[in-house]
Amino acid sequence: MSDNQQATHDKALIFELSRPGRTAYSLPELDVPAQPLKELIPSKMLRKEEAALPGVYEVDVIRHYTELSRRNFGVDNGFYPLGSCTMKYNPKVNEDVARYAGFAKIHPLQPEQSVQGALELLYTLQQDLAGLTGMDAVTLQPAAGAHGEWTGLMMIRAYHEARGEHRTKVIVPDSSHGTNPASASVAGLQTITIPSTEEGLVDLDALRGAVGNDTAALMLTNPNTLGLFEEQIVEIAEIVHDAGGLLYYDGANSNAIMGITRPGDMGFDVVHLNLHKTMSTPHGGGGPGAGPVGVKSLLFPYLPQPVVEKLEDGSYAFSKPKNTSIGRVKAYSGNFGILVRAYAYIRSFGPEGLRRVSECAVLNANYMRARLAPYFEMPYDRICKHEFVMSGSGLKPFGIRTLDVAKRLLDFGYHPPTVYFPLNVDECIMIEPTETESKETLDGFIDAMIQIVQEAKENPDLLLNAPYSTPVTRLDETGAARKPVLNCACS
Amino acid sequence: MIKHHYLPMTEESQAEMLATVGVNSMDELFKDIPASIRFQGELPVSSRLDEYSLTRHMSALAGRNAHFDSHVSFLGAGIYDHHVPSVINHILSRSEFYTAYTPYQPEISQGELQAIFEFQSYICELTGMAVANASMYDGATALAEAGSLAAAATKRKQIIVSQTVHPESRQVLHTYAHGLGLEIVEIEMQDGTTDLSALQQAVNENTAAVLIQSPNFLGSMEDIEEIGKLIHAYKGLMVVSSNPLSLGLLEAPGMLGADIVVGDAQPLGISGSFGGPTCGFFAVSEAHMRRMPGRIVGQTTDKNGKRGFVLTLQAREQHIRREKATSNICSNQALLALCASVYLSVMGRRGLVEAATLNLHKSCYAKERLSQIPGISIPFSAPTFNEFVIKLPQGAQFDTLQSNLLAAGFIGGYDLGRSYPELAGHMLIAVTERRSKEEIDRFAGVLEELL
Repeated sequence: MSDNQQATHDKALIFELSRPGRTAYSLPELDVPAQPLKELIPSKMLRKEEAALPGVYEVDVIRHYTELSRRNFGVDNGFYPLGSCTMKYNPKVNEDVARYAGFAKIHPLQPEQSVQGALELLYTLQQDLAGLTGMDAVTLQPAAGAHGEWTGLMMIRAYHEARGEHRTKVIVPDSSHGTNPASASVAGLQTITIPSTEEGLVDLDALRGAVGNDTAALMLTNPNTLGLFEEQIVEIAEIVHDAGGLLYYDGANSNAIMGITRPGDMGFDVVHLNLHKTMSTPHGGGGPGAGPVGVKSLLFPYLPQPVVEKLEDGSYAFSKPKNTSIGRVKAYSGNFGILVRAYAYIRSFGPEGLRRVSECAVLNANYMRARLAPYFEMPYDRICKHEFVMSGSGLKPFGIRTLDVAKRLLDFGYHPPTVYFPLNVDECIMIEPTETESKETLDGFIDAMIQIVQEAKENPDLLLNAPYSTPVTRLDETGAARKPVLNCACS
Repeated sequence: MIKHHYLPMTEESQAEMLATVGVNSMDELFKDIPASIRFQGELPVSSRLDEYSLTRHMSALAGRNAHFDSHVSFLGAGIYDHHVPSVINHILSRSEFYTAYTPYQPEISQGELQAIFEFQSYICELTGMAVANASMYDGATALAEAGSLAAAATKRKQIIVSQTVHPESRQVLHTYAHGLGLEIVEIEMQDGTTDLSALQQAVNENTAAVLIQSPNFLGSMEDIEEIGKLIHAYKGLMVVSSNPLSLGLLEAPGMLGADIVVGDAQPLGISGSFGGPTCGFFAVSEAHMRRMPGRIVGQTTDKNGKRGFVLTLQAREQHIRREKATSNICSNQALLALCASVYLSVMGRRGLVEAATLNLHKSCYAKERLSQIPGISIPFSAPTFNEFVIKLPQGAQFDTLQSNLLAAGFIGGYDLGRSYPELAGHMLIAVTERRSKEEIDRFAGVLEELL
């Protein structure tokens, strides 16, 4: 490559490394007699042109992906205070155990007698998650939180239909996660959005005005997306239940309440947990996740099939299909590898430890809120749970927006907080430190934020042109969407 | 105070931090939770284990499972025992990948974004399609979402699916369709493939799409091109679910008229893991790009003209479309998409063809060998890739047979009677490149003895 190309294309695509004659594979030999291909497959079904995959050496593969990994920021690289995503430390022992051959190299359709260990693990995890959330039964099938939301709503829909009721409306607060209304839509339900009060909580009057005999459910996270606990949850549950609706708990924020309170005790009928958040299974750069759903007994008949049961002889088995079930939501038994990690996480803490996790997460968040309050607008300046929102609107007079603060943070070695969510806070910045960060780490981040506020006032250009320390600087996202280039068109 | 090796909070910092917040105790931080719903007593969850005890406990649980290293497996039915090159686990174990979140901040996520861009490129190459997304939960949900896309694109309500499509995928499709108010029509099979005359009769101007799988659940190859003609005559879409490894050898569905190609990338270096996590893939022709569910990475440039990658076309996604969204997929299977990409990088053009060819030849040998066992016959005549059906002798007891095979060190094939009552007594056998002639011969010998 010339210097000029180096400047514009400084990291090659794997396809660009390809050279004829190089290979990185090693395969078993053909030890059976080979028949002519055309006798096995009609020629019109055979590929005319080989797929244009690259030809590289094993060293090329390793260096290529190692270099890509160096251009990526994970929790092991540094502080990741991404609100509502709960980016806590991913324990290493969980990675080790998930790779045991007895977990990683098993088949979902093996005879049940040959996978008793896996079934026992799933059964125990179902029980533990039910205990943690205060629910009566749990399905481990959903592959992600949003998948769990949809699963829960499908059960709610089936429940109402079975009772001969036509209930199609799902109520959500304006601060809800975007997946809530989308999940409702895919479940064939319509969303009604209600405003929050000035204190950031559910407006009970608005809720009373919204419920009716068409209410299927209220979807709520508690603590909510502003990091505030809905103190009137008992009353909220009453309003929805009195109207004949059910309560869906979006478990995205469960890290704040483990062992302190349970959705089941608050009056919720369905709950999903994001195991990749609360149970510290790695996010993997955008998955795999796992979104188990817990239900109260009134929803038993509608659980996706199968669940794992313990039989009288002490062995474990998949349940037989029920015709009231909403059906299957994913092939096989869910994201088992993730479930193994989550189970290991629960066992490494136990009942007391899980409560301590939430306490530390909440103290860390409140400490940061208290220390940043003099420098940022705090629309809801009171005790928060595991996360809090603040506003970057005070920097607008200097021509600085929240995005600029986020980009400047990159130069300090931090992953920025979630920005512009929830939608009902202007120039929103949402911070979730999690329990696995020390006071020293939090102090370092706070100092960086204070310095950035100072820079914004004295030298706004410094922020507007940030970041400076990353492999690329700000990217043309508009151009990317206007003229999409979505693959390398290598053939 | 509980001390734990994942929790850095010391008594000293706890006291300082509480003081900064202006509260006297941890409890005060939770005073906004009404007393009536405060949990009292000990949480009913499993007890705590120290790290050593945890590894022993987990290893005991794992030890009670027969696995691909302890047993010789002939089980497929959607999850296959393929060779996983060593480099894959080393790359996947790089914590910069596995401990990262979705790449919403592109400047510090170029590695993940480029890896996904390369994954999309690989999927387009294999399937012969114009655009692919950053992955789906699995092949089953990818198929269901393909049905949903087709219904939205054609504004039609009927989805036709062949009964030769994976039974669990069809079950997931039914669940999604019920949510969306779509009608599902299943087409029966004839000689192990989709009954084309039944299909022809079923397709009409209300049909949004025909969903097929090839090689299908019974291992047989479908006539994709003919099926495409049937549905395209009514301006509906053809959705093909593919085994990506087979595409090293078989014609890309995009060249045979597919409008949407989906599948599960498990054969591309992803471990069995009791069925998950795997990685669904989803590719469409250009016309449907803006209806595609899930995340998409696009190439662009930074302020200095340097090439870079970003999540793009996000206006389609739930955080913007909210209740207007036609899919709610958010987190996907990015780490497994990386796994598939590394696999394809390792295999390259020649390796993929060679692996596919090994699968073909070894399974054809096994089909031939097993057919020689007295009482066993091969019921279907369609060409197969790495999986095929055998008919056991009358009266063969499946459960007993499976147990005896396990005792002899084998994980036997799939009991087709579980999903197709008419195929009771039929076993679906998968043979990958990992099966040696010696293993196949030994399996045949044991089977013959047991029958």
